[in-house]
Amino acid sequence: MLYFSKLRIIFIFLISIFFILFASSNFFKFSNGLINKKINLGLDLQGGSYLLLEIDNNPLIEQKLQNLTITIRNYFKDKGIRIKNVKLLDQKISFSVEDQFKQAVLDVFEDEESDLNPYYPRFKSHQLNIIEENELFNVNYSKQGLIELKTSSQDQALEIVRRRIDEIGTNEPNILKRSNDRILVELPGLDDPMRIKSLLGKTANLTFRFVSNNNEDSFGVEKLQYEDGSEEAIVSKRIILSGDNLLDAQPRMNNETNETVVTFTLDRIGAKRFGRATSTGIGKQLAIVLDGNIISAPVIRDTIASGSGQISGGFTFQSATDLALLLRSGALPAPLNIIEERTVGPDLGQDSIRAGMIALFIGFILVVLFIFIKYRIFGLITNLALILNLCLLIGVLTIFEATLTLPGIAGIILTVGMAVDANVLIFERIKEESRNEKNTLIAFDSGYSKSKTAILDANITTLIAAIILFFMGSGPIKGFSLTLGIGIFTTLFSVYFIARLLTVLYISKNKEKEGLI
Amino acid sequence: MIGFNKYYNKFNILSISLVVISLFLLLFKGLNFGIDFKGGSLIELRSSDSKINVSSLRDTLNQLDLGDVSVKNFGNETDFLIKFEKNDNKDVIEIIKSSLDKSFGNNFSFRRVENVGPKVSSELLKSGIIAITVALFLMLVYIWIRFEWQFSLGAILALFHDVIVTLGLFSLLGLEINLSIIAAVLTIVGYSMNDTVVIFDRVRENLKKFSDIKIYDLTNISINETLSRTLITSVTTLLALLSIFFFGGEVLKGFSLAMIFGVIFGTYSSIYIANTVLVRLRVSQKTVLRDDDKS
Repeated sequence: MLYFSKLRIIFIFLISIFFILFASSNFFKFSNGLINKKINLGLDLQGGSYLLLEIDNNPLIEQKLQNLTITIRNYFKDKGIRIKNVKLLDQKISFSVEDQFKQAVLDVFEDEESDLNPYYPRFKSHQLNIIEENELFNVNYSKQGLIELKTSSQDQALEIVRRRIDEIGTNEPNILKRSNDRILVELPGLDDPMRIKSLLGKTANLTFRFVSNNNEDSFGVEKLQYEDGSEEAIVSKRIILSGDNLLDAQPRMNNETNETVVTFTLDRIGAKRFGRATSTGIGKQLAIVLDGNIISAPVIRDTIASGSGQISGGFTFQSATDLALLLRSGALPAPLNIIEERTVGPDLGQDSIRAGMIALFIGFILVVLFIFIKYRIFGLITNLALILNLCLLIGVLTIFEATLTLPGIAGIILTVGMAVDANVLIFERIKEESRNEKNTLIAFDSGYSKSKTAILDANITTLIAAIILFFMGSGPIKGFSLTLGIGIFTTLFSVYFIARLLTVLYISKNKEKEGLI
Repeated sequence: MIGFNKYYNKFNILSISLVVISLFLLLFKGLNFGIDFKGGSLIELRSSDSKINVSSLRDTLNQLDLGDVSVKNFGNETDFLIKFEKNDNKDVIEIIKSSLDKSFGNNFSFRRVENVGPKVSSELLKSGIIAITVALFLMLVYIWIRFEWQFSLGAILALFHDVIVTLGLFSLLGLEINLSIIAAVLTIVGYSMNDTVVIFDRVRENLKKFSDIKIYDLTNISINETLSRTLITSVTTLLALLSIFFFGGEVLKGFSLAMIFGVIFGTYSSIYIANTVLVRLRVSQKTVLRDDDKS
């Protein structure tokens, strides 16, 4: 265990230099572009907001099924089959047909080429399940159908969330999918997430619909509240225009009324529809509905054929800016709820870094002093290995541009405390061996080899704990497990290569001395 | 040589009572779960006006109908930690902000805001329990591969002892259990295992070497031989942990405290639980040699 070839010594030396360079690039700036990596600071250290959003897919499922009832009815009507008693309850469509058509209906739903009920060959499942029960057919989404629906709504929502956050212009946001109905948003440096929260909390589903004064509308009507909660109005369910037809929206000052408004531009189809609706509906009230609330319901005075218009509704400049932003970035497929929020202000982050560094420094000094007093010259070697161990650890974190959290700093400090264990095991063993063995070299050699299994065992158990933490833990805990886990490898390297090399160099010069350790 | 083995019985009784008391505490007093596992909101405030104190803050907040509100100083006189059960109002933070501004003037900075919904908190609790269970299980597998079953049993009993007593102490002192405590418990599991394995390694080595020494004395010899290592490593680890506890800031206090308890219990249990299991199972040279013959 005591022999080092020249090549190996050079190798150890080069590796150490390599990592030290990377570690130091956190503190100094190198003029060349090669080593310009840095450890990322976690949100708890640099300050920022962590938001976990959950997509509430229920309204979307309801709406899809609502559309599906019409599709089903029309589809079978073309085939000369009349669908009766259609009902939508608990995300389930139920209907009945005359007995002689039952098989035909089932065949359509179970046909793998069916365009009414798409088949996913990879999962051997249809989009919809159909069950016959008490003379009724029950149709609902299959498990796979729900997964497809959730995945696609997650994709859309992610895109919209990204657009909204980009519009506000925070630095380097991190927007990620979690399971199939969640979105994780990390916003470094943002200490007041109020505005983003309110922007993400809105579905921004915009529709233009006529206010109907009688209840006789072939599409049905619904009673909606004005946004300020003051009044209600009966609005047709027929949608003239929706937010999808919008090309652009901007906040503006209306010079005549001295009011803040949102102006919008429509795409070609939208402009055509808007023109037709405004020409036939002169004198009627057109309600502008956002997420089920009426913003305003102006009376149409003239045909608007230009494909642009404006929304007024007692906006402040801020609320007009936000509405324009929401309209520009588009509507979410389903409402989002914030189910977890963690925000750390930048000054607390600074305090945490300072406290962590002080703790690291003091812990390090205490351990180093203790080890030096205990082992003298070999303590010095252990300490040197410990310092290099720290450099290696920071170097590895830098190369991977890992994220350092406050618990991560705790992991580094803990590594300092536990890293000496391996050297202690070795030196204690050497002490024991040299009681019976007068030859220093043999005593050292057997000390190293006999302590090997214990050291491996000790580190593997800690590594198991670190790996589990890494895969099970979230955010900051991951940071802890990362430094603890990497610390194990750098510790083994520093003990078996650096400390051993130094020990060998020392004893080979002093092997005649008695009681070396 | 220190006669650790003379106290095997006494400390076994002590450990069993500690575990029983801890289980009672966990069962009847329960743990003080933080918002990570219970759901709810947490706000860390810093006031620039030293006249503001906990009771005046509490009075203001109690008018807001937030449910169970707790207000504490956090680290020093001008920092406060406010916690309350989940409030369904999405803008609750904004409401608190404006209400505090009204009562005390604009003297606060919101240093930290955490909001954990009931769904997330129950998921976090579940994954925390799974993490600890999986860790204990993998340790069991590892030690089972490495040693004979008597050793595995000893090590696992020592692990359970450490985890249960540490949690019992948290229950007794009413300290908060949050995500970082789970990390601490898992690290304790690793540390305690580490300590036990080092002593077991020596017991096994000695069992093969000496056929005429009874396990009762053999464990004592092994403990003594590894004692200085056990102590030195405990001291350096404790030095690091104490430094986190005193200088690492409020956020890491609970974590480092749990680890400090865990290191002390872990060191104790590898001497007084793991080894006594070997003694009580009458492990002898045959136990380890038979196994070697097989392989």
